[in-house]
Amino acid sequence: MADLITYRDAVADGIAREMRRDPAVVCLGEDIGAAGGVFKTTVGLQAEFGPHRVRDTPISEQAIVGIAMGAAMTGIRPVAEIMFSDFLACCWDYLANEIPKMRYMTGGQVTVPLVIRTANGGGLGFGAQHSQSVENWALAVPGLKVVAPSNPADVVGLLASAIRTDDPVVFFEHKGLFASRGEAAPDGHVVPLGEAAVARPGTDITIVALAATVPLALAAADELAGSGVQAEVIDLRCLVPLDMAAVLASVRKTSRLLIVEENPYQGGWGGTVASIVADEGFELLDAPIRRVAAACVPLPFADALEDEVIPTTPKVVAALRDLLAY
Amino acid sequence: MTATVDAPRLLELYELMSVIRGTEKAAHDAFLAGLVKGTTHLAAGHEAVAVGASAALRPDDYVFATYRGHHHAMARGAAPAECLAELMSKATGVCQAKGGSMHLTKASAGMLGSYAIVGAHLPLAAGAAWSALLRGTDQVAVAFFGDGATNIGAFHEALNLSAVWALPVLFICENNLYMEYTPISSVTAVEHPAADRAAAYRLPAEVIDGNDVVVVADAVGRAADRARAGGGPTVLEAQTYRHFGHSRTDPATYRPAEEVQRWLARDPLDVASRRLSELGVPDQEITAAAARAAGVVADAVAAAKSADGADPAQALTDVWADGGHQWRT
Ligand SMILES: Cc1ncc(C[n+]2csc(CCOP(=O)(O)OP(=O)(O)O)c2C)c(N)n1
Ligand SMILES: [Mg+2]
Repeated sequence: MADLITYRDAVADGIAREMRRDPAVVCLGEDIGAAGGVFKTTVGLQAEFGPHRVRDTPISEQAIVGIAMGAAMTGIRPVAEIMFSDFLACCWDYLANEIPKMRYMTGGQVTVPLVIRTANGGGLGFGAQHSQSVENWALAVPGLKVVAPSNPADVVGLLASAIRTDDPVVFFEHKGLFASRGEAAPDGHVVPLGEAAVARPGTDITIVALAATVPLALAAADELAGSGVQAEVIDLRCLVPLDMAAVLASVRKTSRLLIVEENPYQGGWGGTVASIVADEGFELLDAPIRRVAAACVPLPFADALEDEVIPTTPKVVAALRDLLAY
Repeated sequence: MTATVDAPRLLELYELMSVIRGTEKAAHDAFLAGLVKGTTHLAAGHEAVAVGASAALRPDDYVFATYRGHHHAMARGAAPAECLAELMSKATGVCQAKGGSMHLTKASAGMLGSYAIVGAHLPLAAGAAWSALLRGTDQVAVAFFGDGATNIGAFHEALNLSAVWALPVLFICENNLYMEYTPISSVTAVEHPAADRAAAYRLPAEVIDGNDVVVVADAVGRAADRARAGGGPTVLEAQTYRHFGHSRTDPATYRPAEEVQRWLARDPLDVASRRLSELGVPDQEITAAAARAAGVVADAVAAAKSADGADPAQALTDVWADGGHQWRT
């Protein structure tokens, strides 16, 4: 059996591989240095690369992201950490107005090669201000690439691409996955941005998932396999670029589509996937497109309440059964 | 390189300030004539800040400006014609007409942008300064900003972090006494909105005459020297005044006539020309410089007016570094 590694350790591994390869790669964020990050995703980086390349910052989200942008415009490849994705709201100007627009509005004079990493999503009981899935915020901004890996090897491979691309990337690490284990990435592992993965092949129904909804979808697919149904699970891995070719190819096989997303139904990324399939794949479908997404409420604290709000395996199984019976 | 500006150099700076003044007037006229859509924020009256600072900086230093940034673009080397063309939505615009008046940028001259979200670019300048440290150069970065920006969070975050990291960055406030239509003094707890805040971050600060190009060049030269030598950031508060309203056709009636007169009497062009006379430069050389500037502006207006309009194909380019805009397969 291959080496297993946690998703959490894969983050530090992925960053370290790029820092070894390219001296222009640097990290900054709150508590990322000696402390190794509040989620321990940067453990060992400061020891290996020193305090100048792995730099603790004040609690200044605008300065963190703004400094990363200024450095990126002048020859550095910063990897900035925003501790919880909810805090992106504190520096949203940079994600909405500065970083994604600079290249365009200067007629291509400037590039902004940076990565903003952030811990996203629920499932750990952190309450409404530390648990949201906000990947749809970033999706709404033209000019940002949006990545959200579901397993350790993809963390490493997608970090490599995110750091190497000359475009700005928002890299959502799912809090609920940090402790999960998977195969370690081989040396030189690179996953191109914008290529979905078939996490489980199947013929009867397509489930499109992202980050923490991938294991949910896989569990639901396993449950249905007992009754002879083969669900295909597509792990999008990125929202921008969005691999609609992979989704449409799967739906061409299965004729049924379920989208499982942790961000709210209202304005969630599944709406974009559904609208493209409705537009370009209408005649492929034998049933309506269904979305299992978070309810349009702030995330509650108690597990029993949170389960009501975000996707769970039973909700996915129920939606699959519904669609298969249509 | 503390700048003691000698007469020939001062004459050049005077001519450049005259070019900027003329271009701003031309921009105003073009706006009134309907050739410029949207808005402009003219910097007439602020020329000495941009030209004095540029005189003290090196070509490889970085400058970040605001939506009131025409003077900074031109002071760093953007041609008046490409600036006016940008305002007039022409293909030859410095940003291919994708930026407009508020976003003039000339990256090849180290002019890394004009930013229209108040205060947002101060951390960017800090980042460029950090980059210089990381790359082992002795470049400095400069953020120019208005008095109004001193009350926004990004200003304070940038000053603190730059101080703690001892970054080679200069924070230069162009205090023109007003935000849009409201005096800065009515919304700020301290007298000098930028300089008085510096102490909170243990940063050196100076309040300077922003209408005297020599004073600006000297102060920026000192601050840049200190930054290059590892001495960290400096806050400069340059006192100045805008000759036009805030934007578009704002008549600026909220400013007392006496105040306007007092500041017009301290026009940075007049201050520089008086200095030239004191240095023994003959009047006809000063007039000749002004005439050359007028010629440059007239040519720029003609070139911008006759240029082709923006190419519609450009609307879908340069979202990404590969030049395209594809977001899906
Ligand atoms: C964050 C933000 N808030 C408000 C505005 C609208 N606005 C544009 S310019 C301006 C006044 C800024 O004043 P100051 O910083 O003194 O610069 P000046 O225009 O005087 O050069 C305001 C409020 C903005 N562009 N950005
Ligand atoms: Mg002002």
